[in-house]
Parts: sequence; structure tokens; C-alpha cells
Amino acid sequence: MVKQRLRTAIAIVLLALMLFPVYWMLNISLLPNGGTLPESLFPSNPTLDGYVTAIHDQGQNLVTSLLVASGTVVVTLVIAAPAAYALAQFRFRWINWGLLTILICQMIPGIVIANALYTLFESIGLLNSIPGLIIANTANAIPFGILIMRSFMMSIPSSIVEAARVDGAGLMRSFVSIVMPISRNSLITVGLFAFLFAWSDFLFALTMSTKGQITPVTLGIFTYLGVNVSQWNAVMATAMLASIPAIILLVIAQRYIAAGATGGAVK
Amino acid sequence: MRKEAIAKVLFVVPAALAIVFLFGYPVVKNAVMSFQDYGLRTFFTGRADWIGLDNYVTVMNENVFGKAVLNTALFTVGSIVGQFVIGMLLALFFKKNFPLNGVLRALFLLPWLLPLIVGSAAWRAILEQDSGIVNVMLRNLGIIDTPIPWLTSPDVALIAVILVNIWLGIPFNLTLLYSGLQDIPDELYEAGALDGANGWKAFWYITWPQLRAVVSITLMLGVIYTLKVLDIILGLTKGGPADATQTIALQSYQHSFVQFKFGQGAALSNILIVISLVFAVVYLRVNRRRIDE
Repeated sequence: MVKQRLRTAIAIVLLALMLFPVYWMLNISLLPNGGTLPESLFPSNPTLDGYVTAIHDQGQNLVTSLLVASGTVVVTLVIAAPAAYALAQFRFRWINWGLLTILICQMIPGIVIANALYTLFESIGLLNSIPGLIIANTANAIPFGILIMRSFMMSIPSSIVEAARVDGAGLMRSFVSIVMPISRNSLITVGLFAFLFAWSDFLFALTMSTKGQITPVTLGIFTYLGVNVSQWNAVMATAMLASIPAIILLVIAQRYIAAGATGGAVK
Repeated sequence: MRKEAIAKVLFVVPAALAIVFLFGYPVVKNAVMSFQDYGLRTFFTGRADWIGLDNYVTVMNENVFGKAVLNTALFTVGSIVGQFVIGMLLALFFKKNFPLNGVLRALFLLPWLLPLIVGSAAWRAILEQDSGIVNVMLRNLGIIDTPIPWLTSPDVALIAVILVNIWLGIPFNLTLLYSGLQDIPDELYEAGALDGANGWKAFWYITWPQLRAVVSITLMLGVIYTLKVLDIILGLTKGGPADATQTIALQSYQHSFVQFKFGQGAALSNILIVISLVFAVVYLRVNRRRIDE
């Protein structure tokens, strides 16, 4: 028992080291305006000045990120969920080739996609637009979404769907009314990660916005780092605000990641 | 029956189109652009003359190319070794039973979930030369007299960038290796213990061989992710100082989006794809052989 307690203590120390940069971000974000970087481990006179400046400068960018990330979630789920179900249950002959293609897609560097989509978007007017960023960001989320949802949907007993089919439901109807509800947890998992991928995206934000009109918050932080490092409190306050989705995911989504797909649909 | 087959195919059509558009088109477009004089002028006139291998010759003859290749190799190897060793030690540690194990292990994932640019920003402040906490602590402890210019000296910038990338990659390695360790049946360790295999021996003769498949996938994914890293380097050093942290991926970005020479940027990104594919093929062959055995 003593040994176990000791292990917990060691784990806490290791975790503190690992999360120090995040804590340090918080510490700096609470500095007063114009303050230099802190030398003490705890904020002496914490203020919210940094957050006031951050929301003033970057509030619009946070909204942009929110819109891009939400749009990415919707497009990803609509496209990936039916494909995941088909690859899990329909016994196509070419399934292995399909899966291999998806795996290879995940290896393609983002800069390749950015190079090509930039030239295309330039000619069709999708640069500097939220739909353009949503399209680009689904490149990160769709292959991931298909693979995750497929592995959940593999465990749906085909008897559930067959029962509905006997009652006269079409393929699409049984997918919407039966498969989607029992796959809820995997849809949520993929939705949360798609949100996080798009929210965290920097490469597409950097390359697809050329005029500074559409600025996701990651690009906002990058611009801050370039010109404004005298205002460390505002930079770090923005970084903290940009970390909120990750923290929410960690706290709330743990159970979704672990939850089984069928959730006891057949009893 | 016919109708049923069509309905089934319709489930995958949107995803297939998306994959063709988001991956197939960019790969083909990059391949085509890399043989064209595709630059700023192209956006105005639509002209992109065929120039054969000129883009490849040009980018490979630039002084920075050799440095970028070497840095890509050092960055990838350094990051992977660091992430893997620390991730493995942590995974073995968390395999043991103790209170709060699950919660603490979950919190280790946080750096992985943060936007990379946020991580970069935090480290920019931590490594700041004059008042960053690392230099302040090293000076207070009497280890250094003059502050180390972590991100502004060509001698140490690459090391600093690698250290930050190791920090970012630990959670990924921990997660994959931990789940691999969970899949090793306890009976193997019990049987091993009867034969006197404990501690290091148990690791070497039971854990490591059982974990080989997970280890190889962890390393391969690590290499492929690390090769294409852009955010961290852009956030920390932008490739500087004096090209000390230039990589192939960054070169591709700079040729395309800073110099607007998309043909050359595409040539560099194709070099990157080929390197990634080599690792993927090696990985697939190694694994196939293992399955065949």
C-alpha cells in the first residue's frame, strides 16, 4: 500500500513536469499589462487584463474558429458516417483496398493539400472564406472519422438491422433510425475530434487566408507572436482561450472514447 | 437485388468523392505543378509552361536543401527516439497499479490535444532568452552565467525545437504503447515468473517481443507525423536562425507561400511524399513478413 501511494506521488510529480508549460501559460496570462515574464512560480498580483485585451483583439477570431470547427464537424459526420457503416457491414469485395487507401491518405502531408487547394480556391474564390477552410479541414477529419466509426460499427449485430428490414424499412431509413442512434457514442467521439482538429488547424489557416479578413485564432496567436511579444499576458490569455476545447474534450469525452458502440442494444 | 446493390454503393459515394477531391486531386496537382513553371504569374495569366525537371534541379541545388534534408533527418530521429523512450517508460510505469492511475494518465494527454501553435507559444515564453523561466532557473541554480539563446542561436535552435517536439509527442507514444501493454495476457508474466523471469528479464523476453507490432506501428506513425511537422517550427523559429531549423516541409511551405513559386514548392512536397511512402512500404513489408511467419 505504501508502495502504491509512492507511485501515485511519483506520477503526480511527472505530470506536474509534463503540464508545466500549460501552467506557465496560465501564470503569464494573469500578469498585468506591460509586465515582463514572471520569475516567481505563482502569480503575485493576478489580473484579467490579458483576457480583456485578448477578447478585444481576438474575440472575432475565436468566433471564426468556432464556425470553421463546427462546419467541419457537420460535413465530416455527414460524409464519413454512411461510409463507415458500409465498410463495416456491407462486405464489399474491395474493402481492404478502400481501407488501405484511407490509411495512405492519412500519410499525405498537409502542405501537399495546401499547395493544391490554394491554387484551386484562388481560381474559384474560396480563399479567405469560412467554407474554404471547412473543406480543407475535412481532409484531416474524414479519413480519421471513417476508421474510428467503422471500428465501432463492426460490432453492431446485423440482426438488429435485419429485423427492421423485414418490417419494410429501406437501407437508408434503417441506417438513420437504427444505426445512427446506437452508434451515438462513436459519432460524438468523431465529432469532438473533428472539432478539435479544425480548431487546432494552423497550416490551412495560414495558407488560405491571405487578406487578414478570415483569421482563425491559431493564426491570430501566430500573428501576435510575430509583432506583439511585449504583451505576453494577452498572447497567453489567447492561448488559454484557444485551449478550452482541448480541456473540455479531456474532461467530458473520456467516457465516449471508452464507451462501447452498441451500448447494450441487444439484450 | 439490383436496387439494393446500388443503394449500398451510394453509402460510400460521398466519402469516395471527398477522398478523390481532398487527396487524389492534390497529389496529382502537385505532381503536375512540379513539372511546370507555376508561379505568381500563373495566377494572373493562367500560363504554366512545362519545364521538365527544372524545379527539382533548382530546389536541390539550393544551398539550403542539404541543410533541410539533414535537419529533417535529425529532427525526425531525435524527436522519435525521445518520444518513444519516454513514452515507453511512462507506459511501463502506468501499467502498475496505484490510486488515481487512470485520471493522471488521462491528464498526460493534454499537450497532445492542445493546438500546436498554443504549445509553441508557451515554449516561446519558457525559452525566452532574457526572462524565460528556463534561463532564469538555470542562472539561479548557478549552472549558467550568460543566458542561452535557445531559439535565436543557430547552435542550439534545432535542439530546442526537437525538445519541444518530444514534449508534444510523449502523449501519443504513451497512449499507443500503454494500450499495447494492456493486451499482453497476464498469464505470460505469471508463467515467466515461475521460470525466474522478473524485472528486466520479463521486459526483454515477454514484453518486448509481444509488443513488437505495436512498437512498429508507433514508430512508423511517429516518423510520418514528424516528417510533415510545420506548425511547431513555424511557431518557434520560422526555420531560422540562419536556416538552422529548416526542414523539407518548411522549405515546401516557403517556396509556395512566401516566394509564390508553387512549382518548386510542389517539387519539395513530392520529395516529402516519397520519403513518407518509403517508410510506409518498409513498415508494410516488415509486418507482412511477420504475419507470414
